Amino acid sequence: MLYLSADGRHPVRFTLNGRYVEGEAEPRLLLTDFLRHEIGATGTHVGCEHGVCGACTVRVDGLVVRACLVYAVQVDGCRVDTIEGMADGDELNDLQLAFQRHHALQCGFCTPGILMSLSQLVEEEPHADGSRVREVLSGHLCRCTGYYGMVAAVMEVLAARRKAKNV
Amino acid sequence: MIYRLIFSSDHLHPTRLIVSNARMEHVGRSFERVEDPALLRGAGRFADDLAEPPGCLHAAFLRAPVAHAEIKSIDTKNALALPGVTAIITGSELAQHTAPFLSGVKVNAPQYALAIERVRHVGEPVAIVVARDRYVAEDALEIIQVDYASLDPVVDPEVAAEPTTQLLHPDAGSNVLHERRFKYGDPDQAFAEAAHVVKTTVRYPRNSCTPIEAFVVLATYHPGENVFEVTANFQGPYTLHPVMARALGLPGNRLRLKTPPDSGGSFGTKQAVFNNIVGLAVAAKVSRRPVKWVEDRLEHLAASTSATNRVTTIQAALDADGHITALDYDQLEDCGAYLRAPEPATIYRMHGNMTGAYTIENLAIRNRVVVTNKTPTGLMRGFGGPQVYFALERVVDLAAARLGIDPLEIRRRNLVPPNAMPHSTAPGAVLDSGNYLGTVDRAEHEGDLAELRARRAQARADGRLYGIGHACIIEPSISNMGYITTLLTPQERARSGAKNGALATASVNFDPSGAVTVQVSSVPQGQGHRTVLAQVVADELGIYPSTIVTATDHDTLKDPWSIASGNYSSRFAGAVAGAAKLAAARIAERLKSIAASDLNVPLSDVELTDGMARAVSNPDNAIPIERIAAKAHWSPLSVPLDAGAGLRETAFWTAPELSEPDTHDRVNSSGAYGFIFDFCGVEVDPLDGAVRIDKYVTAHDAGRILNPTLADGQIRGGFAHGFGAALLEELTYTPDGAFLAGTFSDYCPPYASDMPELKILHDQSPSPVTPTGAKGLGEGNCMSTPVCIANAVADAVGCPVNTLPLTRERILKLISIEEPVDPKPTRIPPLELLGDGHALRGEGSATVPASPEKVWETILDPDHLPAIIPFCHAVEHDGEHTYRVEASFGIGPIRGRFQAQLLLSNLDPGKGLCLNGDATGALGCATGRSEIRLTKCEKGTRVDYAYALLISGKIASVGGRLLEGAVRGQIAEIFGRIAGANTTKTASGLRARLAGWLRVKS
Amino acid sequence: MKPAAFDYARPDTMDEAFDLLEHHGNDAQILAGGQSLAAMLNMRLASPRILVDITRIEALRTVGTFDGAVDVGATVTQDRLLRWPGLTTQPLLTTVLPWIGHPQTRQRGTVCGSLAHGDPSSELPLVLATLGGRVILSNAKRTRTLSAAKFQTGAMRTALEPGEMIVSARFPTAQEGQVYRFHEVSPRRGDFAIVAVAVVADSEGVTVGVGGVADTPSVRRIEWLETDAFTDAMNEFAWDLHATNDVHATAETRRGLVRRLGAKLIEEARDALSLC
Repeated sequence: MLYLSADGRHPVRFTLNGRYVEGEAEPRLLLTDFLRHEIGATGTHVGCEHGVCGACTVRVDGLVVRACLVYAVQVDGCRVDTIEGMADGDELNDLQLAFQRHHALQCGFCTPGILMSLSQLVEEEPHADGSRVREVLSGHLCRCTGYYGMVAAVMEVLAARRKAKNV
Repeated sequence: MIYRLIFSSDHLHPTRLIVSNARMEHVGRSFERVEDPALLRGAGRFADDLAEPPGCLHAAFLRAPVAHAEIKSIDTKNALALPGVTAIITGSELAQHTAPFLSGVKVNAPQYALAIERVRHVGEPVAIVVARDRYVAEDALEIIQVDYASLDPVVDPEVAAEPTTQLLHPDAGSNVLHERRFKYGDPDQAFAEAAHVVKTTVRYPRNSCTPIEAFVVLATYHPGENVFEVTANFQGPYTLHPVMARALGLPGNRLRLKTPPDSGGSFGTKQAVFNNIVGLAVAAKVSRRPVKWVEDRLEHLAASTSATNRVTTIQAALDADGHITALDYDQLEDCGAYLRAPEPATIYRMHGNMTGAYTIENLAIRNRVVVTNKTPTGLMRGFGGPQVYFALERVVDLAAARLGIDPLEIRRRNLVPPNAMPHSTAPGAVLDSGNYLGTVDRAEHEGDLAELRARRAQARADGRLYGIGHACIIEPSISNMGYITTLLTPQERARSGAKNGALATASVNFDPSGAVTVQVSSVPQGQGHRTVLAQVVADELGIYPSTIVTATDHDTLKDPWSIASGNYSSRFAGAVAGAAKLAAARIAERLKSIAASDLNVPLSDVELTDGMARAVSNPDNAIPIERIAAKAHWSPLSVPLDAGAGLRETAFWTAPELSEPDTHDRVNSSGAYGFIFDFCGVEVDPLDGAVRIDKYVTAHDAGRILNPTLADGQIRGGFAHGFGAALLEELTYTPDGAFLAGTFSDYCPPYASDMPELKILHDQSPSPVTPTGAKGLGEGNCMSTPVCIANAVADAVGCPVNTLPLTRERILKLISIEEPVDPKPTRIPPLELLGDGHALRGEGSATVPASPEKVWETILDPDHLPAIIPFCHAVEHDGEHTYRVEASFGIGPIRGRFQAQLLLSNLDPGKGLCLNGDATGALGCATGRSEIRLTKCEKGTRVDYAYALLISGKIASVGGRLLEGAVRGQIAEIFGRIAGANTTKTASGLRARLAGWLRVKS
Repeated sequence: MKPAAFDYARPDTMDEAFDLLEHHGNDAQILAGGQSLAAMLNMRLASPRILVDITRIEALRTVGTFDGAVDVGATVTQDRLLRWPGLTTQPLLTTVLPWIGHPQTRQRGTVCGSLAHGDPSSELPLVLATLGGRVILSNAKRTRTLSAAKFQTGAMRTALEPGEMIVSARFPTAQEGQVYRFHEVSPRRGDFAIVAVAVVADSEGVTVGVGGVADTPSVRRIEWLETDAFTDAMNEFAWDLHATNDVHATAETRRGLVRRLGAKLIEEARDALSLC
């Protein structure tokens, strides 16, 4: 059994975007703060800290998770994926490029979390329809765009991936 | 450094000077944004992403839990003793370092960055804790003790305006801090002669655009230079820079304000960070370390800023044909607890175009601005527009109904006709261009209004509630820095000196490698300014946008700026891009001059295109532009004298049309005026009160469009805000000033699944005022959409809509379904408790197996209190029938310690009593009254109780939904314990029975 | 918005968890998905001394059909249950699960956590109560089974005692000839319900559950009679719930929604039955 005292800083190690990282955290340190200020991965943004806006969404062992509702010590040993790992090296991936083409972002603050949710959707649900895409997007708040470009971008990526896989 | 800073009167009239041969290749086309690649990979540089200086500390604000109270004392001793806490700044200390903020209205209602002696709204900052990290700072907040003496809260602006109401600022002498009346034409005569007069009163609510990134401030004090260096996601207007500097007692050059490269949205809100900048500056100076503050969502919703709520009584005079001959506005503006600069700007921003899109010769306006115990207001997308058009476009619909004219037809009869352009409105705006009737015709046709009408007819035939709404509005952009002075009388204005113009700045620079950088003071918050600037400058210079680097992060110490700088009043496309165009055009002239000499052709024969300077007469005679540019750096002696050395231009631009208000109070309040015609079809579901937007069409004429994709993006975003304001979003306060919308579950911006389809149409009547021909277009739908949806809902349900948002609750009230009676009317409780109508109220009863006398003893015995009060830590007898209690509020995992004072009164031994009290703790404050009655019954004593509780602070802001059940549970607990105390003698037995509370998991 | 300090314990077995809960009593708080709890900690509405993270206890991760019920282990997430192939045995869960929060919160939020939280507006306590389900509770010494009605005692109040935790929840599987309907009204889809109504109908009558109004989900059985009778019954039910006001809706609006949603769902269910 793991027991971590409130006042101590405890080692936290996990795989972030395919690379081993480690740092120290008090039990109460939020995963958002750990990623941003301990690891320096500032692509994960903080918007509400009560699990509604979705700006901090990351993937933990493949599942999409609000990083503001997770303590860093909880992901010890897990696989964590964030926006920084989405592009393939210098090349933006199809979802990112579709976002740019469809003007699916303005200030870009909510975008990383939204892309993390959508990355799961396009991987797992190739036949998602517009209503399902909106349902997934509704786990996020964007105040710039009205979401129109996002829906168009995802629909395009889903269609292109289906075509590429002949499904 | 060799460059010329050009700022002469000639350059203020650019549209008359600029002659450009460059082919416009990129402006007007959709380009993918240069901002996106970084943002899409999480590599944006937002304020909280930037490196913190060594030793940086973190701040948290202690905030008022109550709407209105005197601060009797603040005890920071325990908090300061907490390891990791460096400093705690209270109002009295802050006041030693700062002067009150300047305000547009000269009244004695000072505001500082912290509350001084009195708090005036929930969430008002009371102290700043500076600590090792935010976690520790928040630990300290929990243990600062503030003793408040409550004052009557004032929440309703109409009540605030009454002379007998409690004053927020006693030295101001009134809660009405500003009042002026205006008359243009002869409204009295027009109303006297009118065939019809239509009147309505509407109430526009409080809402906010709530960017997903909240405020961030990082302040450092450099003692050797007496300079504050601050990085903040401030958005302007930079009129506030002198306000901040003056509060800090320094000249402007000692407040170095930097903005980060990226900002996570603002929509006006981040104007309000300015008072936090001053607070953090003081914190940095006092703690002698850099201090950073990142606002959290609860702080942002409760206490950052808000749109004004406004009560407007509007009257329209009409002739028999439906022409509006006069309007009369009585506007009562609620600016919250303080007139925070630039307020009362909201009510004057629209002043020149208060006649809307219509030709109305006679106008009367009465403006009153009141303070109430709510968060101070400020800039908000649409700024003043939604409030005005909610009144104007509602009254136009009512007029149409009165006269039996179609609502679109009555608008057509009154729209400013195309041959009247440019049109001077009665209050002084110069509507610069447009064919409003043409835009309406086109939208009616292309948006297929006829089909929508058929749909409505069919829906109604099927017995459904379906309505169509319209709105015609003017969208002003590029605010005249003088419009706010309309609040002064002409004599006062004459004394204070003219304020006018809307100075925009932009710099274009060729470096020695021949590469171009552009720098502006537009402080964008996500709109894509860098992309558009590259397009505009590329066209002037004949180069490709992709080769240009644009910088929009800003530093007041080193970059050009002026008071009108910043990101507001939709000034980018017309004014800032315009200034960039001017700067680039001047550089282009100089490039051509060098090229003419190199190509050995006359200047007039040189064109810049595709990266080359070329002789028009002989296109083979050409030289790369980067080579000419490099020459200006590497061999300045070889370039023609008139071209000058180095290649950097800074242009300052303002519209000459933006003069100060005239002696008749006529003011051209904005530089450019776009036109919008919206219509929509909605269906109202009587089952659950949902409003479904069946179709929405918005037609814009915003002059020249610089980048169609970005323009549509702005319109969609503005529409989403307007949609939210119409149906979902409200910063709700109770009548006692408790704030109820502290989370995104209580303040409800639309989700993707809420948003309807939007059809956008464009006309482009170039503005003759701006260098680009563009007008603003990002705010219009915040102005048109709320009232367009309101009009459609009114049409659907067949009754007036006078307030927003049209939540399910309001819709169901509008439909007014008669409620079936309660089949068990006897359940009405036996006790009648006088109490405020808005308090949490409840009642209950318990049967105690003991005589009333015994129960009476139990209640009055202070020794019994610890057993009766759940989670009781201490009880102190504090005078006759008065107790001080320290206990915890507990429900589910929620637990909060509080101190309470309880007073027993109206004692009727063995029969009943009243129990009143106040409680304060980290979760908030409560004031309660209860009445207890004992009646002998078969099983012993029946205890009936009723209570009324007012709850404020954090628990009300974030837990409102659960509060009633929580309170009911806790109070039932107390009476259960009174019952229990008479059966089981030991408190521990009770505790064991009730101890299951805190087991929750999820 | 940062939580107060707490110790963090992550037991690997049930026994370790019981030891911790027993030892720390009221100071301990069980953490599973944290979708409600962590937000409350961030706001400092709650500040337990110790969080007991049960997510790595193997025994609590099971979902299956047992004793005529869908048995959902304490750390099974709402999303996992929704994707579980056996869920066809209880169509009401299939209908209701997508109404809970958002896809993102369902991937972390647990079924039993929602029950333990006891939010009067939550969907799962309503489903459990309407179906007449049970909750299995254990401590170091004993295991007991409580009906939904006995388990949730008020708004965010349950019968859980110190040292005790939910091991699983049992949602009875569908019976032959039953028809299910559910609908909820909230400001936006995914928000907490202003009113939620679940209906289970059979040839004898209809069981109506209402959430979002009273402190706990309320269930009433109405036998099939002529139309007016169930309208009257729903009116009486609506009044009996003692609706109150909050930022989203008044008591009157809530009563109206109970009547209209209830009547609509009952009619739909009756029509569906007549087709069976």
